[in-house]
Amino acid sequence: MRTLRLLLEKEFRQIFRDKGLLPVIFILPLIQLLIMPLAANFDVKNINLAVVDRDHSTYTQQLVSKIASSGYFHITGYHNDYTPALRQIEREKADIIMEVPAHFEQDLVKENKAFIYLAADAINGTKAGLGSAYLTSILADYNNEVRLKWLPAQPAAAGTVDLRFSNWFNPYMNYRLFMVPGILVLLVTMVCGFIAALNIVKEKEIGTIEQINVTPVKKWQFIMGKMIPFWVIGMVDFTLGLLLARLVYGIIPVGNLALLYMFLAVYLVALLGFGLLISTYSDNQLQAMFVAFFFIMIFMLMSGLFVSVDNMPGWAKVIAMLTPVTHFVEVVRMIVLKGSKFSDIQFQLLVEVMFAVVLNGWAILNYRKTS
Amino acid sequence: METVTLHNISKTYGKGATPALKDVSFSVNKGELFGLIGPDGAGKSTIFRILTTLLLADEGTATVGGLDVVKDYHRIRSSVGYMPGRFSLYQDLTIEENLTFFATLFGTTVAANYELIKDIYRQIAPFKDRRAGKLSGGMKQKLALCCALVHKPEVLFLDEPTTGVDAVSRREFWDMLQQLKQQGITIVVSTPYMDEARRCERIALIQAGSILSIDTPDAIINAYPGQLYALKAAHIPHLLNDVRGFEGVGQCYAAGEYLHMVFRSGSEEHLLAFLEGKGHKDIILKKIKPDIEDCFIRLLTTTHQ
Repeated sequence: MRTLRLLLEKEFRQIFRDKGLLPVIFILPLIQLLIMPLAANFDVKNINLAVVDRDHSTYTQQLVSKIASSGYFHITGYHNDYTPALRQIEREKADIIMEVPAHFEQDLVKENKAFIYLAADAINGTKAGLGSAYLTSILADYNNEVRLKWLPAQPAAAGTVDLRFSNWFNPYMNYRLFMVPGILVLLVTMVCGFIAALNIVKEKEIGTIEQINVTPVKKWQFIMGKMIPFWVIGMVDFTLGLLLARLVYGIIPVGNLALLYMFLAVYLVALLGFGLLISTYSDNQLQAMFVAFFFIMIFMLMSGLFVSVDNMPGWAKVIAMLTPVTHFVEVVRMIVLKGSKFSDIQFQLLVEVMFAVVLNGWAILNYRKTS
Repeated sequence: METVTLHNISKTYGKGATPALKDVSFSVNKGELFGLIGPDGAGKSTIFRILTTLLLADEGTATVGGLDVVKDYHRIRSSVGYMPGRFSLYQDLTIEENLTFFATLFGTTVAANYELIKDIYRQIAPFKDRRAGKLSGGMKQKLALCCALVHKPEVLFLDEPTTGVDAVSRREFWDMLQQLKQQGITIVVSTPYMDEARRCERIALIQAGSILSIDTPDAIINAYPGQLYALKAAHIPHLLNDVRGFEGVGQCYAAGEYLHMVFRSGSEEHLLAFLEGKGHKDIILKKIKPDIEDCFIRLLTTTHQ
């Protein structure tokens, strides 16, 4: 025990003395947590709309003011012809063109139907897709109003089916509510994964491991001496991130915090085992860095953080299931958004325990004091 | 009594590579200051790594303090001190922290064995709060020696402790080793500098993984066959070429401002006449006593032939 305490003391001392490493461990993740959710925002607002009005009627004006008042659209131009509107798109001044043909009002009154032409700039796919969807629903709404005006006596006669959605656990579809917990997992994974992978290699590279290896220090003591400090750092980083999520994004976990931390504790052991494993196979920090980078890249892209695992093809799902990060991202979202209980996450917990045992066992077997 | 023994140790790094050690056997007596002398790549560090249980030999057996390096590696680790060729202490810890750290790892304290290290530690004590990475080469080496000694080891292994250290610090370092020897510690030290060989009680000359000779420095010098000559003239590079062209000369090589040479059949008079005929001036030819380097060079050529 005395030896272990000594090793821990030494490790913490080295970490806190490294003036370059400290901000990387504690400050950078927080800055990322402030930037990334804002950048990775799929909410679409301020769609620039160029209107081509060939009709100049009351109906057109009503339609345009209805669109403008929806809050999603910003009318950037009001043209008489299609060509100048297209020029607006080419100059990236407009995202969508709405063309109201001549005799729009006349057709609507006389023939009971009229057409409207929409053209969206699909270079920004999200904006184009969502924008035209918003616009279509506003048009449908407008259509209903017109009908009501004409047939005030029998509103039911319209006979349309109105679909209304309600999103569970995130009623306003607040994108941040969904992304922030996931990004928090990512940051803890990056920080702990990398420092664990680099640390033992650093001792190899500087040669200090040579001096340690000739002492009576036991293998488990040395490895525990390495693991515990990073485990603590992971816990602290996660807590800081959670506080930031609460203060900045107003995200308060619905579920049990103790459950969340229990899962985090197991997850960190698995993750550090992964780092140590890379460490034992690498000869220098550069090698370790590249190998760790390769795997963490896969972890990030396959973890279901950006693309839902359920939408992946079968083989990709298998890969996703074989990374410890996937399960933690899922569980964090479950606990923070849904308030899941222990019984809901026990499968993921079991998988994480298995990761912890396999990765650490492998790392310990592979770390030898004698070559 | 033998404290360190090696029997027919062989080691090859990787398949098909040139062996690092070929059938090496020697032993070190208790309380002895034993030197492994040889150029870079001779296999000195490999021997140290095997004896300090960091590396497994392919063949052969070795013991340290009567314990087998394979079976009893754990007990050996607590009873030897090892100073690797490269500075291997924590550069971001201070002198004092490093020393305390290693003392505690060995289950002891600095105070308990202070007597042993005090002469060395006193020299670096004024800087005890300075980080090891910021020390000069000589101070780093003294700190490393303190750390290797702090648990009062029976055997001290020093791998090229004086490489890259200035001449004054080198001399001081050897004085420190003499003092440690007085305290009964067995010391095995390696060096590529032939002039340091005289400071050892016994030396092993090693080259390309094989031991060329083991004896006291004096005995090795006395075993030098024949008479060694030193030769000098106004124009040394030409002189070397011309002497090598002379029939009766066995071996001739540059050593400082002189050439060292031995005769195979010729005589002094013949050589002088030959060189004067070649137009050399200010020729000095004198008999000298060989040093370790001469012995090493002779052993190299005889084993190659």
